[in-house]
Amino acid sequence: MERIQLGGIDYTILIIYFAFVLGIGWALRRFVKSSDDFFLSGRSIPAWIAGLAFISANLGAQEVIGMGASGAKYGMMTSHFYWVGAIPAMVFVGIFMMPFYYGSRARSVPEYLKLRFDEKTRGFNAITFAVMTVFSSGISMYALAKLLELVLGWNFHASVVLSALIVLAYIFLGGLTSAIYNEVLQFFLIVLGFLPLVLLGLKDVGGWAGLTAKLDTVATNAGFAPGAWSDSWHHLDSATANPMGVEWFGMVMGLGFVLSFGYWCTDFLVVQRAMAANSMTAARRTPLLAALPKMLFPALVILPGMIAIALHATGGGLLPLGSDGTPNYNLAVPVMLGHYLPSGLLGLGLTALMASFMSGMAGNVTAFNTVWTYDIYQSHIKPGQTDEHYLKVGHAATVFGILASVAAAYAATRFNNIMDMLQLLFAFVNAPLFATFLLGMFWRRTTGHGAFFGLLTGTLAAALHHGLVLSQGAVAGLKGGFLGVVLHTYPSEMAQNFWTAIIAWTACFTATIAISLLTARKKSDDELRGLVYALTPRQTDHDLPWYKRPATLGVIVLGLTIVLNVIFW
Amino acid sequence: MKLDLRLPIGLMFAIFGALLTVYGVVSDRAIYVRSLGVNVNLWWGLVLLAFGLVMLGFVLRSRGQAPAGQPPPPPPARGPRPPAAS
Repeated sequence: MERIQLGGIDYTILIIYFAFVLGIGWALRRFVKSSDDFFLSGRSIPAWIAGLAFISANLGAQEVIGMGASGAKYGMMTSHFYWVGAIPAMVFVGIFMMPFYYGSRARSVPEYLKLRFDEKTRGFNAITFAVMTVFSSGISMYALAKLLELVLGWNFHASVVLSALIVLAYIFLGGLTSAIYNEVLQFFLIVLGFLPLVLLGLKDVGGWAGLTAKLDTVATNAGFAPGAWSDSWHHLDSATANPMGVEWFGMVMGLGFVLSFGYWCTDFLVVQRAMAANSMTAARRTPLLAALPKMLFPALVILPGMIAIALHATGGGLLPLGSDGTPNYNLAVPVMLGHYLPSGLLGLGLTALMASFMSGMAGNVTAFNTVWTYDIYQSHIKPGQTDEHYLKVGHAATVFGILASVAAAYAATRFNNIMDMLQLLFAFVNAPLFATFLLGMFWRRTTGHGAFFGLLTGTLAAALHHGLVLSQGAVAGLKGGFLGVVLHTYPSEMAQNFWTAIIAWTACFTATIAISLLTARKKSDDELRGLVYALTPRQTDHDLPWYKRPATLGVIVLGLTIVLNVIFW
Repeated sequence: MKLDLRLPIGLMFAIFGALLTVYGVVSDRAIYVRSLGVNVNLWWGLVLLAFGLVMLGFVLRSRGQAPAGQPPPPPPARGPRPPAAS
């Protein structure tokens, strides 16, 4: 593809941004005096900052590039990843789960599992999570460096080293606070950097009406009904009627329930931001305040992809073609940046793009060093040391986490299959996790054995299902069917993944109940106080004005989400 | 709060805004063909500048409002470590 040329002003903007990122770390370094400061920001973050960091940490490589690509490939249906696959779960975690996470004073999600169940359940979650964060951070780094190489002609190694050093420096200096502050800075940069692109793109295609008209051509060219690229729900009654190849039940249950709740409610990467909040109310409001901008993000990240495919199909080849003749969707957003933005704003847009990758990396690294130090080192390797010792270990873990991410980034360049395989494995582990949390938090009879073996059963069920099915046109192997027999063929890979998640969740849910009933309860009601719904005092928010109460906020957020779904039905 | 986060946000966007506005004024009009003839650097620069200044305004206001309770940067207030450490 044609490379984007940067001018002096663009480099100036990039350098100023890096100076601010490092400056924030430097300014915060004197506040890090204990491990609590380093890993939990001393629980001192106001709700609005924690809320913006909550979405920014999730804004990794997958979001800006991936959602833009999906917008081009699937159109408006990509919004389900927000309005079905994120907002309801964010409201749930804020209103129902935060009281246990924050109230139990657990310092991490695995530590909650230890308090609620036992050491083996914590260990299982801590180890898989630690490995997963390192690889996600490595994939972020790899994707960023590859993109900069392709779009700007930068040296791959230099990009990896530069991004690793910057993220390392600001986390090492200021710990979680530094990561959170920078995530908020990145949030504003991403919004203000991409908005002009969206506005120019919309102006070019003739507004929403012009865009839908062009997208109708895209849809009919691909053999779907007009509107398949610009409606979110209209074509979901059958999997063959929409470009995603999913039907509404698989989408709502698989994405909207299992995958979404599994991610937003149990992934320490995001939950850590809320745990750092300065009060229980602030912790509960964190995901709710995050949901407000989150529901508008489709306009920022999906729309550029949709505009790109509309221009590609009607104006002749905007997107570069891959070897198989289909457009390279992953380049939709970078191509749009180069297409519309002149030198100056181009620097701002590219800085925003780099910021999104770095916030994803930093989120993974801060989650990794906490889980490593508290849940693996302190509980299994060297318990009973001074706080100063664990602070040192946290610093060392940050360096180690970054080095391991760099190694993972290089592993991705050499063995693409290994990365795919690991991601698949993590999917198997994560899909059932929400069942464990749901039962643990709402049913006091759930036992440690039930939780642990239920999780294993769910993971196994996921692997078994994946091994016996295939998606249309895929070759048996990593994409499924590795057990030799193909019992069912799904219309798309996405449908296959949604159903793997549904089956893993159901298996874990039933197995956990069955095993819990067969095993003896080890934790008394007293030990479970603050960890289980029935044994925790209700949060009363009567002292707060009505508009500040989490429940009111939750209702407002859900109401607005429904309105958005109806508008773009 | 340890460091008023609105300060770096306000500063950074005010600088970006000023830079882009000036660049928008002095740059060659020909580069705006791709942005549909709109001088986006000038206009978006002004938007960023306004955003940055509003953020800085909040910082100034909260500093004026917190007289005795929390003096903004406590110069020699708490510093258990000798200055040599930093």
